[in-house]
Amino acid sequence: MEPTLPDIQLIAILPEMILAFLACALFAADSFVPKENKRQVGYFAIGALVLSGLSTIPLWGQEISTFSGMVSLDFYALFFKVVFLAISTIIILISGRYIEIERINMGEYYGLILFATVGMMFMPSATDLLSFYLSLELMSMSFYVLVAFMRKDPKSVEAGIKYFLTGVFASGVILYGIAFLYGASGTTNLNEIATFIATQEIGKSPSLIMSFVLLITGFGFKIAAVPFHMWAPDVYEGSPTPITAFLSAGSKAAAFSVMLRVLINGFGLSTGSWWPILWIVAVLTMTLGNLIAMTQTNMKRLLAYSSIAHAGYILMGLIAATQLGFAAILIYLVGYAFMTLGAFTLVILLCRTNHRGDQISDFRGLARTNPLIAATFILFALSLVGIPPTAGFVGKLFLFNAAIQGGFYWLSIIGILNSAISLYYYFKVVKAMYMEDPPDDLKLSFSPGMKVAVGFTAFVTLFLGLFPEPLIKAALTSVKIFL
Amino acid sequence: METNAYGFPLLSLIAYLPLLGAIAILFMKNEDKKAIMQAAFGVSIVTMLVSFLLIPGFDSGKADMQFMEKAEWIPSIGVSYATGIDGISLLLIILTTIISSIAIVSSFTAISDRIKEYYVAILFLETGMIGVFISLDFFLFYIFWEIMLVPMYFLIGIWGGGRRLYSAIKFFLYTLFGSLFMLLGILAVYFLNADPAIGTGQYTFSILELQKINLPMHPYQYWLFLAFFLGFAIKVPMFPFHTWLPDAHTDAPTAGSVILAGVLLKMGTYGFVRFCLPMFPAASHYFVPLMAGLALVGIVYGALVALAQKDVKRLVAYSSVSHLGFVMLGIFSLNTHGITGSILQMVNHGISTGALFLIVGMIYERRHTRLIADFGGLSNRMPIFAAFFAVSMFSSMGLPGLNGFVGEFLILVGAFEFNKIYAGIAVIGIILGAAYMLWLFQRMMFGPLDNPENQKLKDMNRREIAYMAPLVLFMFWIGLFPRPFIRVMEPAVAKIIQRLDAGKVALERGEISPVEEVKSDFKSQKLAARLDAAQKLED
Repeated sequence: MEPTLPDIQLIAILPEMILAFLACALFAADSFVPKENKRQVGYFAIGALVLSGLSTIPLWGQEISTFSGMVSLDFYALFFKVVFLAISTIIILISGRYIEIERINMGEYYGLILFATVGMMFMPSATDLLSFYLSLELMSMSFYVLVAFMRKDPKSVEAGIKYFLTGVFASGVILYGIAFLYGASGTTNLNEIATFIATQEIGKSPSLIMSFVLLITGFGFKIAAVPFHMWAPDVYEGSPTPITAFLSAGSKAAAFSVMLRVLINGFGLSTGSWWPILWIVAVLTMTLGNLIAMTQTNMKRLLAYSSIAHAGYILMGLIAATQLGFAAILIYLVGYAFMTLGAFTLVILLCRTNHRGDQISDFRGLARTNPLIAATFILFALSLVGIPPTAGFVGKLFLFNAAIQGGFYWLSIIGILNSAISLYYYFKVVKAMYMEDPPDDLKLSFSPGMKVAVGFTAFVTLFLGLFPEPLIKAALTSVKIFL
Repeated sequence: METNAYGFPLLSLIAYLPLLGAIAILFMKNEDKKAIMQAAFGVSIVTMLVSFLLIPGFDSGKADMQFMEKAEWIPSIGVSYATGIDGISLLLIILTTIISSIAIVSSFTAISDRIKEYYVAILFLETGMIGVFISLDFFLFYIFWEIMLVPMYFLIGIWGGGRRLYSAIKFFLYTLFGSLFMLLGILAVYFLNADPAIGTGQYTFSILELQKINLPMHPYQYWLFLAFFLGFAIKVPMFPFHTWLPDAHTDAPTAGSVILAGVLLKMGTYGFVRFCLPMFPAASHYFVPLMAGLALVGIVYGALVALAQKDVKRLVAYSSVSHLGFVMLGIFSLNTHGITGSILQMVNHGISTGALFLIVGMIYERRHTRLIADFGGLSNRMPIFAAFFAVSMFSSMGLPGLNGFVGEFLILVGAFEFNKIYAGIAVIGIILGAAYMLWLFQRMMFGPLDNPENQKLKDMNRREIAYMAPLVLFMFWIGLFPRPFIRVMEPAVAKIIQRLDAGKVALERGEISPVEEVKSDFKSQKLAARLDAAQKLED
């Protein structure tokens, strides 16, 4: 029999190809850029991201499945790709000054961010367990290095090792789950798995149960859901702050994007039979995240626990398992990305030479010295709590909408109790800014990139709160693939 | 967009004028203290004057919403930008713009620190308050409802006294907690209305549409009433959700207390009138014993605790708990007299308690203490002050000829019509109210002027007289000629009563089952839905 080449449409991965190619070029070019000019490498990286973003324009509206069904390009995938590109761009904007201060001013830093982005962009496109696993690993590997990038700082190294060990363990668990699934169904293609599962009684097949539990566990690690969240606070605290922001906004969204594909496309979650297990995880995640966040004094740890709590809210959409619920996840992820990036940007602003500036007490009196920055923090805090008119409110509105529509009244009541609790710790920071006196030496590390990032994230957070219609439409269109 | 007498969106203009003013003030220099104050005052006065334009354009014979504005906003979930007012909201808007202006004038000397932020916060707050009263879309309503908390949090937390940080976050947490329950309630109504078997089958957040919904008593009206109840009862605040109020009132700056008492507390009672009664009429009837009971406890408890206070401001704060109990009692008499009286009493309480907080503020500014024991015999040194204090006190007590009397009288008539025992208990509250007020006045104003620090006290200056005068004017006006104030809300009240009567009929027809049955019913419905889903899976 003559081997036939599968029909491959490279256009489906055009944005990723561009980005990957330019990332390689960046590594090559980096050796010629002198140490003090590394910002230029950053500009190059931004250029690469923008170029990749532009290349998505002709792809909108197309539906392509290629590489023998391993990768598909649809509205859903494009939605996330654009979000990831935006997140990465902001990350690079807020990195320039920070890595100079922390003396980790190396071109590889940018290159790794680009590679992580490529991995993320493949994730929502993955319609095969193999492509899913490979893209997940590409993202994770880049992150393992980035987290430990401040290699002279023991905390960063500790974070790196911790993240690596738990991450690899989670990957192993996922792989184990994939193996079970493959063993049962004989295929790695999600659509074929779905067809297979539709004929099965999942509850009576041990290997299907195992694979489901293992996959949920693995995803739980990646999105930092309780009880798989232990790594998050230490890793968040130890990493370079822009990378913490990247983890919190990007990696989490990416993990959710592929989680939806696998669980809904593959397992047919929308039939609603799996909700009890997710219900427990969601409740634990939001409650524990919020309760522990209340006692934090370190900003990065606080945001880590808040990030855990937000994963819990997002799971509500998955539990509801309706079109509204899935759309809510997308809307929330976008809103959350921008508000959390904004909050981290402010933490970075406080970072100076020999002063990490990541304690809540470092925010004291900011309203007196930098009223505008303080005001933007109020906006982010309101959005994180879910108070209108902010992106966070619209996201929560949709999540609660979905939960109520699905009849999950207790879940939504627990959700709102948690939202109310979260006000306390976010406003602890606001209190420090507005109601305490500034230390004598408070000075912010501004750079043009930082200003753009603060302005842009604040604008988006407010804009999506007031005019969410385009986002809602896009999210509703995206999740049509699940119906 | 529907046109009104003026042909332009007057309501939005009134709502956003203070916001625009606040933004403009943001661009002023911190050092131009005087200019900032003048700008803030100017903005609030202009807003007030523009809001007066509503009065001639308002047709008090109509029960429908007037000055309506409507525009598409988020069509995919049925949100539109919709505003409009009826007689009830008209009164409260005017109250808001007046109280806000007075609050700003009263702060000129009291606030010397971070002036710019202060006036920005107050103007921002004004936009939020007006917005709540004009919204005809739940999404819009909720935005205003929540955003209001933020400036109030800062007013208490930055410019407050005592345990300001504690009181500020307590206020914020309590009210947020309640509003979130209300949000769930709103969402549930939204979905129920979208269910063709129950509502119109349309996804809409329009308040006017959702008010028409005829929900089955069980489980929907029952639980949804409770969800909204939590949101509003904390705001009112009703006993036992009142504990944030004395702290917030006591620690807030004078203007904050004035706005809090004058307008913010009315949000809760307004919510009951605007949403709970028309949307859940049967449940409103069903829950009367609970509501009236809590209201009566609030009346008596608030008054008794007020008697025991050593701090003037705390005393006034507890008197608010008692007075708001009256308002709640009137609302849940569920008859014309009671509801009319309640709405009037909302306005009255705003005026008289606002005035009392201003009085306390004046004395605090002069002496930096609010302990009753530190005063005595002030009437000799400050005759004008004593006169204003006396009028405000009598107004708060409900002395005939002043505004408080009219409201309380109507409420008592309503309560009496409904249940004589309720009215009887409420009268105890009035007597206690007279007791704590008169006793307070006696201890502060009469007796020997033996504290040497009080010897040097100055009487009210012209600015202080100027901002007290309109309040006193309204006290007499409403007290002597209440007719126009009542007439303007009559059609709106009649409409609510209509809805309530329909609900009562439904309730009496026996469309109500014992609670336990409901619970199991409710659960089995959910269970059935889940089983259905599982069945589908197996198919």
